[in-house]
Amino acid sequence: MDPLRQSPSPSSSRASSPRTLSCERLGYVGIEAVLDQLKIKAMKMGFEFNIMVVGQSGLGKSTMVNTLFKSKIWKSTMPGLRVPMPQTLQLHSVTHVIEENGVKLKLTVTDTPGFGDQINNDKCWDPILGYINEQYERYLQEEILITRQRHIPDTRVHCCIYFVPPTGHCLRPLDLEFLQRLCRAVNVVPVIARADSLTIEEREAFRHRIQDDLKTHSIEVYPQKSFDEDVNDKILNSKIRERIPFAVVGADREHMVNGRCVLGRKTKWGIIEVENMAHCEFPLLRDLLIRSHLQDLKDITHNVHYENYRIIRLKESHALPQGPGWVNLAPAPPPAPTGTRASPGPAKMCRWAEDNSDEDF
Amino acid sequence: HGTDLCRHPSSKKTLCRSQLFQSHITTKTAHTSSQVSDHEQKQKDSPRSLTMSGHVGFESLPDQLVNRSIQQGFCFNILCVGETGIGKSTLIDTLFNTNFEDHESSHFYPHVRLKAQTYELQESNVRLKLTIVNTVGFGDQINKEESYQPIVDYIDAQFEAYLQEELKIKRSLFNYHDSRVHVCLYFISPTGHSLKTLDLLTMKSLDSKVNIIPVIAKADAISKTELQKFKIKLMSELVSNGVQIYQFPTDDETIAKINASMNGHLPFAVVGSMDEVKVGNKMVKARQYPWGVVQVENENHCDFVKLREMLICTNMEDLRDQTHTRHYELYRRRKLEEMGFMDVGPENQPLSLQETYEAKRHEFYGERQRKEEEMKQLFVQRVKEKEAILKEAERELQAKFEHLKRVHQEEKLRLEEKRRLLEEEIMAFSKKKATSEIYQNQTFMTPGSNLRKDKDRKK
Repeated sequence: MDPLRQSPSPSSSRASSPRTLSCERLGYVGIEAVLDQLKIKAMKMGFEFNIMVVGQSGLGKSTMVNTLFKSKIWKSTMPGLRVPMPQTLQLHSVTHVIEENGVKLKLTVTDTPGFGDQINNDKCWDPILGYINEQYERYLQEEILITRQRHIPDTRVHCCIYFVPPTGHCLRPLDLEFLQRLCRAVNVVPVIARADSLTIEEREAFRHRIQDDLKTHSIEVYPQKSFDEDVNDKILNSKIRERIPFAVVGADREHMVNGRCVLGRKTKWGIIEVENMAHCEFPLLRDLLIRSHLQDLKDITHNVHYENYRIIRLKESHALPQGPGWVNLAPAPPPAPTGTRASPGPAKMCRWAEDNSDEDF
Repeated sequence: HGTDLCRHPSSKKTLCRSQLFQSHITTKTAHTSSQVSDHEQKQKDSPRSLTMSGHVGFESLPDQLVNRSIQQGFCFNILCVGETGIGKSTLIDTLFNTNFEDHESSHFYPHVRLKAQTYELQESNVRLKLTIVNTVGFGDQINKEESYQPIVDYIDAQFEAYLQEELKIKRSLFNYHDSRVHVCLYFISPTGHSLKTLDLLTMKSLDSKVNIIPVIAKADAISKTELQKFKIKLMSELVSNGVQIYQFPTDDETIAKINASMNGHLPFAVVGSMDEVKVGNKMVKARQYPWGVVQVENENHCDFVKLREMLICTNMEDLRDQTHTRHYELYRRRKLEEMGFMDVGPENQPLSLQETYEAKRHEFYGERQRKEEEMKQLFVQRVKEKEAILKEAERELQAKFEHLKRVHQEEKLRLEEKRRLLEEEIMAFSKKKATSEIYQNQTFMTPGSNLRKDKDRKK
């Protein structure tokens, strides 16, 4: 048979030859103009960001959100005019479009009033996990349609800020339970709320205790160590990991300090400036969430958490008995209580031996 | 209070106060497969726009996005379709300012083949994985009926590979080497008259699968006036035959003007060359003829610079985008519909791909079970038959054995009988012999009487 005569079969005509040649270019071509094209496209489409705040009432969640985005996303509740305490955990979602220098950001903030406020807080994380999974489900349903939309609206929770009450001791059982379950489903950033009630030394001690607690229970908060890609990332992220959880103070009132107008809380013994690194670590939180890691949060949600959800969801709908080729390839999961994921599916990654052949319809 | 579901109707104006509150009832089951109705979705789509009182800092978002893309690197795949010797490789070399491949291809291939090569280019901090796919042997055969089929097959194969990856359960899309063809440069030979039939057919079969940019190759073979007429003729032929070539996008103000003017210059008349010629006091890429020098990068001489501008500097991202959102989606939709999936079921209930897939899976599984059963039955039956035959043979063998044994026994008995008789005879004979010897002895003693006795005896 003539060696030149080859009918291109799908497998052989794939262009990805493992051997890619690096070429010497002899002059300017203009490839880097693609970066500008990307920017133009991104600015036109706008960005989306979904954030969830979880914590007991009175820890300053709404104020914190207002401070983060420097606008009145919610009316912060004053004690006298408070609505009666909700009997069950609810979720409130609010969507805003904010613009800065031509960059449009569609921001969705989900609040969880009633979390941890009841006498019996058992399974109070279920509605939250349910909400998060529901967003994943929505995206999945959109993605597997035959006629898909050009741009699937992204309502998945990209980041969950967990407010730890400033007891100064260590993480409470409720905190531990919640963090354990949620870290598998979403990026969690724990913060020490109302940090103005702790002195600097108390803060440091508290922080170290929390870090130890997290390590003991193998809770991976954002930025997760296992997703560091290269050396630069590692260095940057380990600096952040040393300071997690940030001790923050939220404020949406402005006061005059030394002739400047700053956001802060006014007390009899002084004014706590929110943006001052010596007073609290709010700038770190803001920089992490918005200025440097926003895209990374979205990427990890899309590439890791959403994919995990998808795998489990697509597998558990195979109600067929597992055949003789069933192989469990996953390493043993870290010790976690049953029902880690909200769905009853197995937490380990199971893989059929004939997995790939499933797709040849 | 906790179980009220209040929803305010929202208007489309973004400056109106249209806040959307959703109260979720405590859900017992963890994940609810909720299908959000269109109406709800539209309500959610008109959020309130907010003004901020200070600098928040998310204007760095595009930069974050760009940084991530730089880390990941870019992928671009070009397909060059054109006759052998029309200048495809030279043009690609000139476009990317690199000597990719050196040897000329032969004219004697019996079939059209596609050859793909991947190269890694880097310019400042942008890494580009460029894949050039060349058609080898296009237009060389005497019978050109099947010339364009391999090209269509190749493009479909790339889409198929991506679709397979996307449908996998455990997939890794973010580091998948995207091999889908982003742009097809179609090389038209500079006859000056009109499109060849082969060109028309090929472009017609490719236009719904890939972005086509037609170029007039070896444009230094046509004079300027002829070129204008040629271009007009080509475009009118393409339009009248309904071929959809790629139009440069004009929806973004920054590039709309230049794109619109470029759209008017299609198809680009290009000249490719990597040889350098001294013009004035500079070395430029050009082709030297006895009657003059055709400079590649001179806009008066050919449209090469325009092509490079459009292809790489201005619209690379849009080409990739169109491939993914238009051509790939079309392919995916067709393929899935072909396999029997639908979005809407018999009673106009939205069917999920998942359920259909599951149903099909059940079907196939059932089918397989049934076939297995069948084969098992067949096997058992055959085994039984074989056993019966073997048993029969065994019985026969046994019977034969018995028969032989009997025969043997009889033989043995007869022989025994004979032997006994023989022995009796032997005994009788030996007795006779003994008595005769005694007689002889006695006759020796009394010779006379023996004889008489003998005589007597003999009487």
